Amino acid sequence: MISFIKKSYVVIILIIMYAPIALLMLFSFNNSKLPIWKGFTLSWYAKMFNDASIQQAFMYTIIIAIISSFAATVIGTFAAMGINRMVSWQKNIAMNITYIPLLSPDIIIGISLMMLFSVIKLPFGLPTLIVSHITFSTPYVILSVMPKLKQMDYNLYEAALDLGATPWYAFKKVIFPEIMPGVIAGAFIAFTLSIDDFVVSFFNKGAGVDTLSIKIYSMARKGVNPTINAISTIMFSTIIIILLVMNIKVNKKLSKSQTK
Amino acid sequence: MKKLTKAITMLITVSLLILSLAGCGESKNAITVYNWGDYIDPEVNDLFTEETGIKVVYSEYANNEEMYATVEPGNVNYDILFPSDYMIEKMIKKDMLQKVDTSKLDNYKNIDNRFKKLPFDPEDSYSVPYMWGTVGIVYNTKMVEDVVDSWDVLWNEKYKEQIFMYDSERDSIMVALKKLGYSMNTRDEKELEEAKKLLIEQAPLVLAYVGDEGKGKMVNGEAALMVAWAGDAMVMMNENPDLAYAIPKEGSNYFVDSIVISKASKNVEAAYEYIDFLCRPDIAAKNAQYIGYSTPISKARDLLPEEIKESEVAYPKDEVISHSNMEMFNDPSDIVELYSSIWTEIKASN
Repeated sequence: MISFIKKSYVVIILIIMYAPIALLMLFSFNNSKLPIWKGFTLSWYAKMFNDASIQQAFMYTIIIAIISSFAATVIGTFAAMGINRMVSWQKNIAMNITYIPLLSPDIIIGISLMMLFSVIKLPFGLPTLIVSHITFSTPYVILSVMPKLKQMDYNLYEAALDLGATPWYAFKKVIFPEIMPGVIAGAFIAFTLSIDDFVVSFFNKGAGVDTLSIKIYSMARKGVNPTINAISTIMFSTIIIILLVMNIKVNKKLSKSQTK
Repeated sequence: MKKLTKAITMLITVSLLILSLAGCGESKNAITVYNWGDYIDPEVNDLFTEETGIKVVYSEYANNEEMYATVEPGNVNYDILFPSDYMIEKMIKKDMLQKVDTSKLDNYKNIDNRFKKLPFDPEDSYSVPYMWGTVGIVYNTKMVEDVVDSWDVLWNEKYKEQIFMYDSERDSIMVALKKLGYSMNTRDEKELEEAKKLLIEQAPLVLAYVGDEGKGKMVNGEAALMVAWAGDAMVMMNENPDLAYAIPKEGSNYFVDSIVISKASKNVEAAYEYIDFLCRPDIAAKNAQYIGYSTPISKARDLLPEEIKESEVAYPKDEVISHSNMEMFNDPSDIVELYSSIWTEIKASN
């Protein structure tokens, strides 16, 4: 029994993780609105590509994700550098403040941002969505850049300054290459969080600007429409393809550097 | 690295530019519409823009409460909304709607008289009916021998563990109240107590309290009886011809989703044009066919395919629907807590 569990452990976990997604993908090809297999069809995909509102929601989702993850990465990286140079008690306070948005539920962030935006009269729509996404993803960037900064020897930066580099040049040539993996990881987290988000977006959306998650949720009212499955299948496959391509590239780089 | 930063900066500038341009177009001659998800034929908005030149900025919500939560703070100015009966009542009370002068709508005359002067808007001064439907029992004719014409069948021991009830406090308590012959909008605690006892008594017969997943199971023959909306019943019967739908003789619930103009609307004229457009028979028929619910416009119904037009599921006979025991929900704000405590007790009992 134990040896069986040992052998099949990974398989069991993979099945638990991916069975629902596999089922969802399967039913995107189902020739019925209800979850009973009635034969193969591509009509849900056709319907999805013919529906302008789905494409619009998709476009907004991507625009928001790109802008907000880029801004959050810039803000988060510089914030992490600043926090890293603080004296210990200041650092503690700053880090704890960073943790608060991470630990508080999305719905609280969503509602409090909504109240803030209506007080400062920011027009609801893309601006509010982008600002709110930057707000909740910045702490994740800070947290992913921080360890890289701690690993880095600060003397390198000072040495660069001593050798005549301007602070900006030293940042570009010394600090940034060192913390790069953390920055990229942070950017990816921010990007996926932004695409994922439903709750915060829901409270801060404006007229005519629906993200994909909001669109899917509102479509589910009359039963889960297989068009939703089709969208999800495409999103999931795209992510898998991106991951595969990235992995292959990294592997190639590794094998190249090993042969050198 | 430099190239990448350049590319990203370019991308952001371009997208911001596009967005700001897009923003300009919206200010004049556009209306913002906030509707239920998947509750309009996607072509209809394009047709409207083609004919009138008015752009439609379209957003969607999943339920009345969600719509209320986003509209009530007044952050976003929607022109047109599509609340259901009880929500309209609530929004009128809260002064969130504008009066609609129906004489300005050329196509208002198309709306059947029985959808005028409805209880939530007795003077027809705020709302124009959009879609409607009933609640009844879907049953599998191969598994149910008795005639299904009463809620009593859901309490019949013969169908132990073959009954699906709706996992919704309002709809289930409605069934019990109707069976007892009370109004489903009762505020009388004694009547509600009786309804609770009845549902607790029924609990052992119920296979499951289902949401949407019940439809597929019903089509597969996993249960014999299910409480369902007429629109869903049409979908199910389409998949499994053994299924049938009945509105119990004790009466039931019917809903009307109507079009209203929000108080915050800035473009009332265009809003009128949009409402009028939706009431045009050919457009209403297009929507009814896409959505699968029933249209309150007879002329539109005549344009539908035979099997929908003649269906007594989608369009029950007048005497059924106009009977006084067919009711609409009213604003539940004052009784929400009592309902949820009753429902918790029922669910906890089995």
